[in-house]
Amino acid sequence: MAMLEIRDLEVNYGAINAIKKISFDVNQGEVIALIGANGAGKTTTLHTITGLLKAKSGSVMFEGKDILKMAPHKIVQMGMAHVPEGRRIFQQLSVYKNLTLGAFTRKDKKEIEQSLSMVYEKFPRLEERSKQIAGTLSGGEQQMLAMGRALMSNPKIILMDEPSMGLSPLFVGEVFKIIEEIKASGTTVLLVEQNAKKALEIADRAYVLETGRISLSGSAKDLMNDDSVKKAYLGE
Amino acid sequence: MKSLNNLNKNTKRNMITYGIVVAMFVFCFVYTATGAASNLFQGILVPICVNVILAISLNLTVGILGELSLGHAGFMCVGAFAGSIFSVMTSSSIESAFIRFPLAIIIGGIAAAIIGILVGIPVLRLRGDYLAIVTLAFGEIIKNIVNNLYIVKDSSGLHMLIGVDAYNNMEFDPLNKNVIVNGAMGITGTPKDSNYIAGFILIAITLVVILNLVNSRTGRAIMSIRDNRIAAESVGINITKYKLIAFTISAFFAGVAGVLYSHNLSSLVATKFDYNYSILILVFVVLGGIGSMRGSIIAAVILTALPELLRGLSDYRMLMYAIILIVMMLVNNNENMSYYKEKLFGGIKGKFAAKKNQNDGMKGVS
Repeated sequence: MAMLEIRDLEVNYGAINAIKKISFDVNQGEVIALIGANGAGKTTTLHTITGLLKAKSGSVMFEGKDILKMAPHKIVQMGMAHVPEGRRIFQQLSVYKNLTLGAFTRKDKKEIEQSLSMVYEKFPRLEERSKQIAGTLSGGEQQMLAMGRALMSNPKIILMDEPSMGLSPLFVGEVFKIIEEIKASGTTVLLVEQNAKKALEIADRAYVLETGRISLSGSAKDLMNDDSVKKAYLGE
Repeated sequence: MKSLNNLNKNTKRNMITYGIVVAMFVFCFVYTATGAASNLFQGILVPICVNVILAISLNLTVGILGELSLGHAGFMCVGAFAGSIFSVMTSSSIESAFIRFPLAIIIGGIAAAIIGILVGIPVLRLRGDYLAIVTLAFGEIIKNIVNNLYIVKDSSGLHMLIGVDAYNNMEFDPLNKNVIVNGAMGITGTPKDSNYIAGFILIAITLVVILNLVNSRTGRAIMSIRDNRIAAESVGINITKYKLIAFTISAFFAGVAGVLYSHNLSSLVATKFDYNYSILILVFVVLGGIGSMRGSIIAAVILTALPELLRGLSDYRMLMYAIILIVMMLVNNNENMSYYKEKLFGGIKGKFAAKKNQNDGMKGVS
């Protein structure tokens, strides 16, 4: 049984049929990339999985439990973290408070403390700036903060929405390095990216989303060599 | 260590706020005790306390939760009437104001909190401008319901009626009829239990509760909703719950302020709690700085005292008041002004810091 099973998921966004019966699996320990153009439905898919959007029909099974109608905060409690698109951090709170809010659903103070030092180890810059107001960080640092905050919930699976969007090449490299580290630590990652090349390089498997449908799927390596993917997403 | 430093900064900031309130209290106490205070000064103290509590409580909704509420006077109205009804009904059975008044305050606060929950459930589904307008509407609804409320006690018990027709059509025992709330005529005979000492105690309680709330886990959750709703949901915060907590606590203290207000007047009518009053409270919050409790307190004191101080201008009083308000808003919102403020106060702060460093350095040597 896969860790996350999406079956015949259908989502309407107002009158628009944004997701048209898609099905895919994410297995324990994998990095799965969901690639596609703007408006293909990538973010909608993630938001539906984490409960921020309501689906019209279908099912989302997380560790054998249907989470489709669950409230977002209950889904987080089950071990699913979401790094939303566009570096959504808590602008007016300090870096430290942002991180502790990431552990909002956890009770054990010692474990939270451990996670905090783990995050600081991964992102030394966040420790340097722990007292700084998060809104004053640079774009790249804010993305690090959003990722660090997600790690604070000690998740089994992390859903990342366009983590490299709008970042300088240096930070893009950094972001993907961290995703690799997260994978190495055994956490599953579902990655939504427009930067298809980078995403396919680190992913195990990938799904190509096109106007609300999955048009292609397979191992990342196969997709990287697929002619249509090359043409449409890799610019070769 | 890092978190400890953060905490210290907050505690220090809160201590200054508490200090201001204590200093204000000591000043009022000494001034009235020596008999130097005019009637005007003594008369304005309770309204100032009422408005300070209202400003602090609204700042929880506007500054901490980040939602504009224009119906705060409605919650105050509920508290004022609930507290007054209780006091009028029990004034013969509970003779001591020391027991009756705290009970009235608790009852007024809880009544307002219950209405806060009932209003909050539908209202908090909305955001931004829509939420503001719907709270405005709810505030008016509350005012109008209370304006048409009749509570009559006679030999067959307590009757609660809404609408003047219902009141006229009802047949009461004429010998034993006691009208407690008389529709648009409001409620009369509330014992005058309020005084500025009770007012300051209530300000202190409100401040302690709200400042502690802001620095708690719950407070962080509420602020995270303000900063980014989607991110707050994504870290597992139940946003409906925390929004409702903030809104209800805010309504509770509006109710408390209402009780303090109503027990300062011998007769009370609901029309006083219209949207003008709600806007006035919002002006305290905006002028004092959204999210700053200390600013709310200072703004509430100044803007409550100002119309009284300007009484000498008779006809031009409200005109001057409006002009002063505009000037204060402009000055407060001016970048150049904040630069001068920084220069002025920054200089003083800098001197203190230098002195402190010097002392610390000396300690290190010895």
